[in-house]
Amino acid sequence: MARELMKGNEAVAEAAIRAGVTAYFGYPITPQTELLEYMARRMPELGRAFVQAESELGAINMVYGAACSGQRVMSSSSSPGVSLMMEGVSYIAGTELPAVLVDVMRGGPGLGNIAPSQGDYNQMVHGGGHGEYHSIVLAPATVQESINLTVDAFDLAEKYRSLVVVLSDGSIGQMMEPCELPPFKPLKTVFPDWATTGAEGRSKRVLTSINLDAAAQEVTNFRLMRRWQEIEANEVRYKTYFMEDAKFAVTGFGSCGRLALSAVRAARAEGIPVGLIRPITVSPFPTKLYEELSHKLDALLVVEENNGQMLEDVLVATRFQIPVDFYGRMGGMVPFPDEVLDEIRRVARGALDTSGHPRDRWLKRMAQKNL
Amino acid sequence: MADYDVETETLVYERPDSLTDLSTHFCPGCTHGVAHRLIAEVLDEMNLREKTIGVASVGCSVFSYNYFDFDFIQAPHGRAPAMATGIKRVLPDRTVFTYQGDGDMASIGMGEIVHAAARGENITVFFLNNTNYGMTGGQMAPTTLPGQKTSSSPNGRDVESQGYPIRVAEMLAKLDGASYVVRRSLDDPKNIRMAKKAIRTAFEVQQRGLGFSMIELLSICPTNWGMTPVSSIQWLQEKMIPYYPLGDYKVHPAIAEIKF
Repeated sequence: MARELMKGNEAVAEAAIRAGVTAYFGYPITPQTELLEYMARRMPELGRAFVQAESELGAINMVYGAACSGQRVMSSSSSPGVSLMMEGVSYIAGTELPAVLVDVMRGGPGLGNIAPSQGDYNQMVHGGGHGEYHSIVLAPATVQESINLTVDAFDLAEKYRSLVVVLSDGSIGQMMEPCELPPFKPLKTVFPDWATTGAEGRSKRVLTSINLDAAAQEVTNFRLMRRWQEIEANEVRYKTYFMEDAKFAVTGFGSCGRLALSAVRAARAEGIPVGLIRPITVSPFPTKLYEELSHKLDALLVVEENNGQMLEDVLVATRFQIPVDFYGRMGGMVPFPDEVLDEIRRVARGALDTSGHPRDRWLKRMAQKNL
Repeated sequence: MADYDVETETLVYERPDSLTDLSTHFCPGCTHGVAHRLIAEVLDEMNLREKTIGVASVGCSVFSYNYFDFDFIQAPHGRAPAMATGIKRVLPDRTVFTYQGDGDMASIGMGEIVHAAARGENITVFFLNNTNYGMTGGQMAPTTLPGQKTSSSPNGRDVESQGYPIRVAEMLAKLDGASYVVRRSLDDPKNIRMAKKAIRTAFEVQQRGLGFSMIELLSICPTNWGMTPVSSIQWLQEKMIPYYPLGDYKVHPAIAEIKF
């Protein structure tokens, strides 16, 4: 297939269409809106369902309703909109329905701004909605990866009856890159045995997240947790770069992992034996990988466009067995590769101060830069 | 014991196929059961049971999926019209309805219902108005009458500080997307028969793709009102109907043609 120059948001939309999405429900919010607009044009053209909802609350509940049919359905939004969707996210999890949600993250908290950010990591990876559940969260670093992960998201959602989040950000959503689109998948014609499609020639089906009997609710929650163990065992994905002889590693996800790669390359050119670990599934988190690396590496540098949210997962995985340091920018600020390179140099010089929490040390260093 | 003469016996009453053989959790005298039965009878008569998906809401109506014998989904509080939109858009040939109370629909779900109506979603909405939040123990709802005592308006609803009741049928009827919006009451046999006819009309509207339909059903809540079922019916007739007049608020011209 020919390579095309596409904007991240539009590429994700087209990828979803080719993956066989039958219904899209969304609401305008920058920096995600092109996805909605693309769907507004393409979905009716293909005879598929598109609704611009009255709110993100409406949109996610339309997804919830449509997902009950067993068809491939999705929504997309950006941080403040995703916060509104948290009600539906929890219900979708509780009802065990497959659905795909794209979060093109922007600076926060509150209304924040429309610049790229990774501030929703905790919200998407560690809950956000109420109750015990996990979502599968995929973090693309390029337009091409956004396409590939969007297609995979629908398969994973169906395989595990789970919400799958494509956790993108304003940089990847807005950038244009050459990419290759996947072939068209036919729309589904066979639907799962739980789908509510009308009780023709069978007994009725009910899809609900209510369980007034606490013991029955606990049974459901155990099932969800055991399914999650299965996901953790089978679906962890990551990419490593220059790790064969690395004594140090940088780690970051999504666009931040990508810009850290530029810094890692520059550091390599200076002779620093540094590599990069870029988790692709931030949920399930590649805990084992970090645990293993903590026996091999001298130090690890976590880089994020937030206040060190993935950092906590890295600390749990490495069990404080190696020095871990953190560098981040927040609120829509994106670190330059030079800033990360400086951090790599500092870490590679050794004799790291490891007292206290890496976030506290970072805050102290940033204060010296008048931040 | 007398022998029954099966040949000459006439069956006058039976459970509709669209209802399950379950005792409901509704309080004695509650009109939810009447509403359920009317909907079930109409779906049976129209042979729609196997092609229908109901959307339950949050409130006393939360367990309606237990009592209806066809596919059902359960919405978050107030979101039933959004869920119904979702499933109707992917299954346009199925009959989709929501069953919501006044707290659910006229308060937390006001955004969803107004926009479903404005879009002219081809769904049917049953709106049970009993002037309070029944499930949580009788708190003030948007439909609570001025001066009406509830557990959260213990001195009676003071419109100065708690605002005025919302007449949902009148409000939705103003929207161009709404095709059939009527208010009926479940207080006496005549009104119940009229309610059933309206339910039938609403499903006929949906079958013909004529757009959004809503039936508001004035209902009683003896437990939370602190009245007997009989005095509750009297209260509905004396207090509710004057404030919430029965009638047809929006009937799309094409609906006048419908014969059944």
